[in-house]
Amino acid sequence: MIELERLEKRYGDVVAVDGISLRVERGECLVLLGESGCGKTTSLKMVNRLVEPTAGTVRIEGEDTREIEAHALRRRIGYGFQRVGLFPHLSVAENVAVTPRLLGWPEERIARRVDEILARVELEPGTFRERAPRELSGGQQQRVGLARALAAEPEILLLDEPFGALDPITRDRIQQSFTQLRRDLGTTVVFVTHDMVEALLLGDRIGVMKEGKLVQLGTPDALLRTPADDYVAELMSTPRRQTEAVERLLGSAGS
Amino acid sequence: MRDQLVLLPGFLTAHLQLTLVALGLGAGLSIPLGVLVTRRRSLEPGVLGFASVMQTIPSLALLAIMVPALAALGALTARWLGFELRSIGYLPAIVALTLYSMLPILRNTVAGIEGVDPALVEAARGVGMTPRQRLLQVELPLALPVIVAGLRTATVWVVGTATLSTPVGATSLGNFIFSGLQTRNFDAVLMGCIASAALAILLDQVIRVLEVGLVAGRRALVAGASGVMLALCLWAAGSFAAARLGMTEAPVRVGAKAFTEQYVLSEIMAQWIAAETGAPTEAVSSLGSTVAFDAVRTGEIDVYADYSGTIWATLMKRETLPEQRGDVLGGVEAWLQETHGIAMPGALGFENRYALGMRGEQARSLGLRSVSDLARVAGRLEIGGDLEFFARAEWASLERAYGLAFRARRSMDPALMYQAVAGGEVDVISAFSTDGRIAAYDLVLLDDDRGVIPPYDTIMLASPQLVRERPEVLAALARLAGRIDEAAMQRMNLTVDRDGRSPADVAAEFLAGLGK
Ligand SMILES: Nc1ncnc2c1ncn2[C@@H]1O[C@H](COP(=O)(O)OP(=O)(O)OP(=O)(O)O)[C@@H](O)[C@H]1O
Ligand SMILES: [Mg+2]
Repeated sequence: MIELERLEKRYGDVVAVDGISLRVERGECLVLLGESGCGKTTSLKMVNRLVEPTAGTVRIEGEDTREIEAHALRRRIGYGFQRVGLFPHLSVAENVAVTPRLLGWPEERIARRVDEILARVELEPGTFRERAPRELSGGQQQRVGLARALAAEPEILLLDEPFGALDPITRDRIQQSFTQLRRDLGTTVVFVTHDMVEALLLGDRIGVMKEGKLVQLGTPDALLRTPADDYVAELMSTPRRQTEAVERLLGSAGS
Repeated sequence: MRDQLVLLPGFLTAHLQLTLVALGLGAGLSIPLGVLVTRRRSLEPGVLGFASVMQTIPSLALLAIMVPALAALGALTARWLGFELRSIGYLPAIVALTLYSMLPILRNTVAGIEGVDPALVEAARGVGMTPRQRLLQVELPLALPVIVAGLRTATVWVVGTATLSTPVGATSLGNFIFSGLQTRNFDAVLMGCIASAALAILLDQVIRVLEVGLVAGRRALVAGASGVMLALCLWAAGSFAAARLGMTEAPVRVGAKAFTEQYVLSEIMAQWIAAETGAPTEAVSSLGSTVAFDAVRTGEIDVYADYSGTIWATLMKRETLPEQRGDVLGGVEAWLQETHGIAMPGALGFENRYALGMRGEQARSLGLRSVSDLARVAGRLEIGGDLEFFARAEWASLERAYGLAFRARRSMDPALMYQAVAGGEVDVISAFSTDGRIAAYDLVLLDDDRGVIPPYDTIMLASPQLVRERPEVLAALARLAGRIDEAAMQRMNLTVDRDGRSPADVAAEFLAGLGK
């Protein structure tokens, strides 16, 4: 369970995050949605203290994160970066194994876990284990980044646009296997995206952000039915508008 | 060339010791300091500024400054901590070379760490690394190529600069170069240059291969390069340990300043001591003029030869001469004894005076015999002096007493001075009276008719320590007193300077001819 209470981050005059309060239940997947620069990444980084809030509180399982040593906190929380950030001097397997090693897992357990998790993100371990990050495509790198976040079996997962570079087919498969995985393990997830379809498919609830504020928080159904304002309404109608546009195209191609 | 090859292992080993220790210390200091700077930005201007200043000091000067600096520091440690620092020899060389190596390593450590992609630094925090783990597992490995590049720059600099540690009393490949330049033995100079260039290339390549191996994860390369490095370190450490532990009797250390006569005299004294007492000896060659005196005063060397007039004018700072010129020698002996506890086992039997010399032909055509004659025509002439001559008290006295005013004056290396006057590049030089080239080039020495130049009896100086601990060596040196006359010395100097014979050979021949 993650609780944010009147969380705020200022950079000088810029208010990146403006007093957000919300609660993510255990095992829930909350999607943060919003246009570029609205403060999604900043909010996410405040959960594991990569960014220290200027005001407000973050609690994990009821415990104020300021009371927990930052590195210990981060080892309990998997983080998938928007810019991936694989360590170029380490192999794929070493990248994935990094947090388990910090936690002092025995080597056999690490090796088993690495293979298991690589398979989960559809990277054949025998082929990819010893590769260097620079020998991977952008989408493959993103999947290794996800594997790294998942490796230490964290209770909480923070993912910042983890599927942005995937082709639609792989993306579709990985999204499904990801949903399966988090349900199996009961992982609590905060998932950042600006892709409306992804938000609808993955989120138990969706939080819409605009200019640092949380404008609406609810289930996909609630957001579609009763948007809080015009901005949310417009955002929610984009998938349908796109589908209609596609259907028109198909219709005119058929006739 | 074969003469020189015999000396190579000793000089190369000493050079390697200097280089490896200085680089080890330099890297050991600079890398942590560089890391610290990246953690505390406020330190950057101070730390990098200090290292840059060290770098801008000419390396020879930096080495030379270490001698008085360590002597001053040694006085403090002696007072407060009960031990004195060795201000001559390895220590000043190591300190100076270490300082000299710091800038490239420091600068590249800072640049390397700062150059790490901030996204990766954040990723390292995000996966749960402590600041220390982040440094060791991410920042340093990623900065490694840049740091190694700095280390390689430092290696090449230090190997080269270490050749300049000879004048402060640390043996190095510079011994070939300094003594070779002075005795006009270009085989020796070449040997020193080639050996130090080869060493620089070798170390540079070993470090490069080590880095390539580390970055590419190639075990064989890493093993090979570390093997070579380890072998070099063991070699250096082993010979150091052998010198300290294996020797039952400490060698008598015989010093020499940086000119031919000094090399010959130090060989004569060393071989004589070995023959008379059986004690092992060690040559500490090419010392700077005042470095040699400081070294004997503090016991860094046991004995060397100096000149009474030099001590009278430069160290005792006397501006006038006593009524009886013979009183200079007695005055010097008493002063050495009373002020510094230095003994004078004897005068060798000849003078090596400063004298103004010119081409015989020119002197005859101008009708010059004495310095007074010279003063009349000096305005049309140019004078060349050795590097310290114009700063010495003797020159001031000459100028004052004779009203000498030359058209121009030039400082030059003493090894080149004689050639310069013989070739007409200058008209007058500050010659040394025992130099064999005076006769060889048909030069004449002008008479000091007012007697302002002090007498320059060549005397042996023995350290207080030698006096206390090794009376048999002192007695042996006393038996050498009066055995060398001016003609013999001139001959020996010429044999080295013109015929390219080694000082050791010439000394051995002389001692053989001496009988007993
Ligand atoms: N270190 C920083 N210094 C100053 N301003 C910052 C900093 N980090 C973020 N900001 C500002 O805070 C705001 C929110 O940034 P944030 O990265 O959280 O946006 P985002 O919602 O993740 O956007 P995107 O979808 O483009 O990734 C932006 O206006 C950004 O310019
Ligand atoms: Mg973002």
